Amino acid sequence: MGLLRRDLLLAARRSSDVVSVLFFFIIAASLFPLGVGADPALLRAVAPGVLWVAALLSTMLSLGRLFAADLADGTLEQMLLSPQPLVMTVAIKTLAHWLVSGVPLVFLAPVLGLQFDLAGREIAVLTVSLLLGTPVLSLIGAIGAALTLGVRGGNVLVAVLVLPLYIPVLIFGAGAVTASAAGLNAQAGLSLVGAMLALSVVFAPYAAAAALRIAME
Amino acid sequence: MSKINWFKYSSPPAFYPLAGKMIPWFSIAAALLIAVGLYISFFVAPTDFQQGEAYRIIFVHVPAAWMSMFIYLIMAGYAALGLGLNARLSAMMASALAPTGAMFTFLALLTGSLWGKPMWGAWWVWDARLTSELILLFLYIGYIALQSAIDDRRRASRASAVFALVGVVNVPIIYFSVKWWNTLHQGASISMTKAPAMAHTMLLGMLMMALGFWMYSIAVVLMRVRCVILEREREAEWIRGEGK
Amino acid sequence: MLTARELRCERGDRALFTDLNFALEAGTLLHVQGANGSGKTSLLRMLCGLTTPASGQILWDGDDIRELREDYASQLTYIGHHPAVKDDLSALENVCISQLLAGQPVSREQALEALAAVGLKNQANLPSRVLSQGQRRRVALARLWLCNKPLWVLDEPYNTLDVNAVVLLQRHIETHLGRGGMAVLTTHQEPGIAAKLVRTLRLSA
Repeated sequence: MGLLRRDLLLAARRSSDVVSVLFFFIIAASLFPLGVGADPALLRAVAPGVLWVAALLSTMLSLGRLFAADLADGTLEQMLLSPQPLVMTVAIKTLAHWLVSGVPLVFLAPVLGLQFDLAGREIAVLTVSLLLGTPVLSLIGAIGAALTLGVRGGNVLVAVLVLPLYIPVLIFGAGAVTASAAGLNAQAGLSLVGAMLALSVVFAPYAAAAALRIAME
Repeated sequence: MSKINWFKYSSPPAFYPLAGKMIPWFSIAAALLIAVGLYISFFVAPTDFQQGEAYRIIFVHVPAAWMSMFIYLIMAGYAALGLGLNARLSAMMASALAPTGAMFTFLALLTGSLWGKPMWGAWWVWDARLTSELILLFLYIGYIALQSAIDDRRRASRASAVFALVGVVNVPIIYFSVKWWNTLHQGASISMTKAPAMAHTMLLGMLMMALGFWMYSIAVVLMRVRCVILEREREAEWIRGEGK
Repeated sequence: MLTARELRCERGDRALFTDLNFALEAGTLLHVQGANGSGKTSLLRMLCGLTTPASGQILWDGDDIRELREDYASQLTYIGHHPAVKDDLSALENVCISQLLAGQPVSREQALEALAAVGLKNQANLPSRVLSQGQRRRVALARLWLCNKPLWVLDEPYNTLDVNAVVLLQRHIETHLGRGGMAVLTTHQEPGIAAKLVRTLRLSA
């Protein structure tokens, strides 16, 4: 069985971890209308930003799962000693993380978009932006998770490190939806998210692998 | 005249006394340049007919912003050296630079805010440069927080070096995204880059302040790195052993 | 041949050991002894290439392991303190994934045979969380019946094992040494291997 299958299997057998993060996404997004009032025009205007921020925060919460369990039981050491390049291992684990934590967000987003009274076209743009953007969140998040591996207060520290790095994806992703709502072309924003995806796929696993080696020294 | 072997100064025990000798010079230079700069800012540069006297804060704001970016680049450079060449002193320099860089970032934000209030009536404006400065402050804080959270010193400097390098690559991306965000959401044309048209004296004032800040940074960073050296090398022979 | 030259290990500000030297030949076992905290685990991790020593070199057949990197890592099997056994996977799944990570994938049948060799045939499909500590260590050790790597690095391998399992492992190590393999291990007990095959290295705190 491959490493990808192993990670997916482990997530499936510990599904409560995964599901609770999804519920966080729903709850966090639902807090905003409660906070700002139910004016449909206002909600429609803030929806892209709110849903994107909720997605960021949910991903942040799930980053702890990425390496911590493997560190605790000694599997991470074995991965460092494996003939398979660490960059490849990190990339596969990040892919598994996205499939488990990111893809469900992409599916939930249209449902929450309806809650915010977004129009159909905006919902479509939102879904595509999250589809392209959530992998970036996992990739950059992996760097943060690796840097803070085993450090006390790691969860909050990951947030401090990773949230500033998430800002460009947030701007492009939410911006694409806002542009669409304003009658402009969403393509610019979506292409920029795509560009971030291309960059992170190429570079982030290297940074995360380097961070992992440093953490294990 | 014999050739100076600069490489010998890359070891902490050799650098420590050298730094000590350099500090007074840079401190004096800093004091002089900042004094001249402030004099020009307050007395020589003409009153701007659009913005009145309040604009003078630009003489602190702009140089501080320059320094915040510049120091981040230098810090990332030292971090890279420390990581790649395993050079202890480079890692120490990176750690010593961070607080000063963060200070200038904060100063830029503070003065930006003080400028904004009389100008546009708000204590904070989300213009591209100020927002990017804010994110830069977050990057500095992340670097400092990561270093202090990790107990093992070697891991702390190497991990924060990786973070600094990831940050430095992201800074242009962040800046670009913030500008894009600004044009997307902009109704108001608030921009701090729309500074008053620069008279010669204004540029001179800013330049003096920038150089003064630079000298100040060098002096303070040298002082700080000496403390860092003492702290990290305290078990080493040259500190614990007998004097030469 | 595994050689260590002038190894120095630092933890925090203290030096755990300095100027450590040894040469290990094929067919011999290095028994690393020392009190708790003397750096035994640190030394073993250095020998695997997981940590970099503060100074000194480790050579495998004359080449620095830092240059060999993956080529060296593929020559060894490391079983550390934590047995790398995932609670949510069955013993069988654990063995299969360990082998995959080690670059030597095995079939289910081969994995089952290895588990039978360590006395876990009946527990092969149980989730590892229900196994005892000793059984979990046996799942980790099952790799030694599947891998043919020349160098075995074992950190406290007899820990939590019962007497029978300890004897089983000792005989297996002797077979490995007999085939020209090498091993490095730490243990507070006697290694139980024929004395002529054992070299002792004492780390003083």
